[in-house]
Amino acid sequence: MNDKSASRAIESIPALLARNAVKFGDRPAYREKEFGIWQSWTWSEAADEIRALALGYLQLGVAEGDFIAIIGRNRPALYWAMVAAQSVGAVPVPLYQDAVAEEMAYVLDHCGARFVIAEDQEQVDKVLEVHDRAPAIEHIIYLEPRGLRKYDHTHLHPLKDLQEQGRAASQQFAPELERRTGKITFDDTCVMLYTSGTTGRPKGVVLSNRNIIESSKSSVEFDNLTEKEDVLAYLPMAWVGDFIFSIGQAYWAGFCVNCPESNDTMMNDLREIGPTYYFAPPRVFETQLTDVTIRMEDASPLKKRLFNYYMDHARKVGPAILDGKPVGAWDRLKYWLGNIVVYGPLKNVLGFSRVRVGYTAGEAIGPEIFEFYRSLGINLKQLYGQTEATVFITIQPDGEVRADTVGVPAPGVELRIDESGEIYYRSPGVFVEYFKNPESTASTKDAEGWVATGDAGFIEEGTGHLRIIDRAKDVGKMADGRLFAPKYIENKLKFYPNILEAVVFGDGRDMCTAFINIDLAAVGNWAERNNIAYASYQELAGHPQVYSMIQEHVEEVNRSVAQDDMLSGCQVHRFLILHKELDADDGEMTRTRKVRRKVVAEKFADLIAALYDGSTEIYTETEVTYEDGRKGQISATLEIRDAKVVETGPTKEVAAQ
Amino acid sequence: MNAAAPQPYTTEDGREIGGVLMEMKNITLKFGGVTAIKGISFDIQEGEIRAIIGPNGAGKTSMLNVINGFYHPQEGEIVFRGETRSRMRPYEAAKQGISRTFQNVALFQGMTTLDNIMAGRTLKMHRNFLWQLLRYGPALDEEIEHRRKVEEVIDFLEIEHIRRTPVGQLPYGLQKRVELGRALAAEPSLLLLDEPMAGMNVEEKEDMSRFILDVNEQMGTTIALIEHDMGVVMDLADRVVVLDYGKKIADGPPGEVQSNQDVIDAYLGVPH
Repeated sequence: MNDKSASRAIESIPALLARNAVKFGDRPAYREKEFGIWQSWTWSEAADEIRALALGYLQLGVAEGDFIAIIGRNRPALYWAMVAAQSVGAVPVPLYQDAVAEEMAYVLDHCGARFVIAEDQEQVDKVLEVHDRAPAIEHIIYLEPRGLRKYDHTHLHPLKDLQEQGRAASQQFAPELERRTGKITFDDTCVMLYTSGTTGRPKGVVLSNRNIIESSKSSVEFDNLTEKEDVLAYLPMAWVGDFIFSIGQAYWAGFCVNCPESNDTMMNDLREIGPTYYFAPPRVFETQLTDVTIRMEDASPLKKRLFNYYMDHARKVGPAILDGKPVGAWDRLKYWLGNIVVYGPLKNVLGFSRVRVGYTAGEAIGPEIFEFYRSLGINLKQLYGQTEATVFITIQPDGEVRADTVGVPAPGVELRIDESGEIYYRSPGVFVEYFKNPESTASTKDAEGWVATGDAGFIEEGTGHLRIIDRAKDVGKMADGRLFAPKYIENKLKFYPNILEAVVFGDGRDMCTAFINIDLAAVGNWAERNNIAYASYQELAGHPQVYSMIQEHVEEVNRSVAQDDMLSGCQVHRFLILHKELDADDGEMTRTRKVRRKVVAEKFADLIAALYDGSTEIYTETEVTYEDGRKGQISATLEIRDAKVVETGPTKEVAAQ
Repeated sequence: MNAAAPQPYTTEDGREIGGVLMEMKNITLKFGGVTAIKGISFDIQEGEIRAIIGPNGAGKTSMLNVINGFYHPQEGEIVFRGETRSRMRPYEAAKQGISRTFQNVALFQGMTTLDNIMAGRTLKMHRNFLWQLLRYGPALDEEIEHRRKVEEVIDFLEIEHIRRTPVGQLPYGLQKRVELGRALAAEPSLLLLDEPMAGMNVEEKEDMSRFILDVNEQMGTTIALIEHDMGVVMDLADRVVVLDYGKKIADGPPGEVQSNQDVIDAYLGVPH
């Protein structure tokens, strides 16, 4: 097998690493800001670090097929830990670092990891805490020694020491390492990723080298990514997107992965790096827009007027200019001026000055948010994907970008819509299986390789673009037969900077109602400007003036929804503002911050009942989980308000017939 | 209950504490007719966390001011590292490796976090003002070296995100942390903390406690702190000295002090 490997196509990440160490040896592969300075590693240096770690693994006794869990925020050493694991024939399993010990126990036990790479004391503590429930764990390797000095070090090793030992024992283990790296094929497992799971237990999605490499290759070609790109790695390492962007595509194209200094410095680091290729879930774009809006509210009148004037112009012609469509000379001149005065500086502040290709996915993005960024001249596109597809299902080609579709099938992907409207796909990226879960594998992937997405949608006549309506199981019918698609309304509500999250109910009912979560940053700023005193989130959320403000937003959304023939029945009749933020620690959201409808509906059943029984306020008690896993109770009396709806008589009748 | 020669001991969590760093012998401090401290003796040993507690007006802050040379006691002597200390000014104390934080945050409000912490390195700078102005050659090398130390402190205290923020804009809890940073930048051998957790919420207190323990453990810095939150004191301190009306009423490990009847009467009330 070894003699063939030279001529053979590249079939693994370690093979790509070896190629890059030669081909791009002196180009930066990783950067991380530490001690206020961007430290960088070239491809050949990174290859050396990874090799040392891989040798260290061998010395520690890592066997082929072992699972190595990786817990921490995006850091070069943790990426190396994954590639080093692959080099010795083990399977890396990145976990969400903000998961509480409980969730971690399940995953660690389920994959039977013998080794855990933990970033710091916090993660080491969690692993030690659940050790009895995940007994397979033999060794913990950590990155940050702070606070760990007094721990028993028989099964605890600093990563640096492991690398040192690996280097020292190079003679002894090098042949074994070569043997293991050399025999990796397309069909071997590349990585196992646990899906956050909007329902039930997380499932371990097994992705092969073929999945990762084919998907990376075709997506790199689709957007002409080169070794000159810079990406900022800040999304959870346990998420398939980060694995594809920061490992798959980065290794295929040979570009540089930049890691921020800490979570809090992300925005600053983004600005310093100025990525050329950028990915963010809608939430990040929303937060940034909220931030801009807040800051413009505080700006001087002149700046405000300039901003509003040029942003209006940008909305009018920006997207057309970006798509290379014909735009009048006068409008172009004005846009050019605007770029000097407003768009350029704004993009610089946001860290988007160099972005060549930007993607958003994970959830539908509010059209207004999407247009905002595109009108600034940022080539923001949407893609639609899943862990099970190795990200890519559909993708928007340059020049065909719209807010309401998610694009055409990605290269190599076939699409099919079944009678119920659910979307199916088949591609080289389709996952191998759910680990130790043949039933789920069988119910998701059929014998011919078609995978059910769980989303409902349709392919648009003429353009071939896919439009997603909602999660297939969330789309329902109202009591009078009109279509109910909660996500659509929620996204419209969430466009308002004051609204962080919304959950709309109405399936099988005669009207729609909503829970609203206020955005503490935006509403808090507003309160400050209007001299409204508040002591807590709860108090602010329940403030009558906040209610009035949110009511205006809801009514505006109703007016906009009424325009849509298909969904005009989903206007929100009654709403309340929740007294707590929906939180992943309470199980109300997934770690990727998607609302778990069922959990929310069960947990707040009393509130939903009140929304439908006509009462104007309701007393409630709610259990909350603190970050360290302790539980507490909060109670509140919540006001319920009616919102004006627009009568859409004719459609209602037609739909009801 | 005085001045038995201080013995090396083992703390509750098993660290070996040994060797006297500082010894206060019969200190008396008067302001005109008011006697703030009356004949107090105690010692601070190398590597320990020493708490000074007591009700308002007990003389705690005065004691701290005596230690760092701001006040000069009328009677008694201070032995620091085996040498009897003569009357000295605070900057001389600082030169000997004593740095401190204040009860009310005393930072340069208009300067950034970075500059404030950099100010803590003033005594370590060897090039004179003109060299610094030139910012060239050896002065530049030196600045880079200092900046590296400051960045280590910033990393240690996890305040990267406010590196460039003027401290006046920071919330109180973070200002306290910056102040600790400035004291740490001087690489002290004895760190004096005057109510490091005053006015903090529970989460901020937990963070601060963590940092204090880490400073002690990782950098091996001896710490003397004044604190009112008894929970914090019991968790952090290796030994506690209790003052009341300028007199020492107890001295020993936290558990022992907590059950001391004099302390309960003067300060704690019913034990909790």
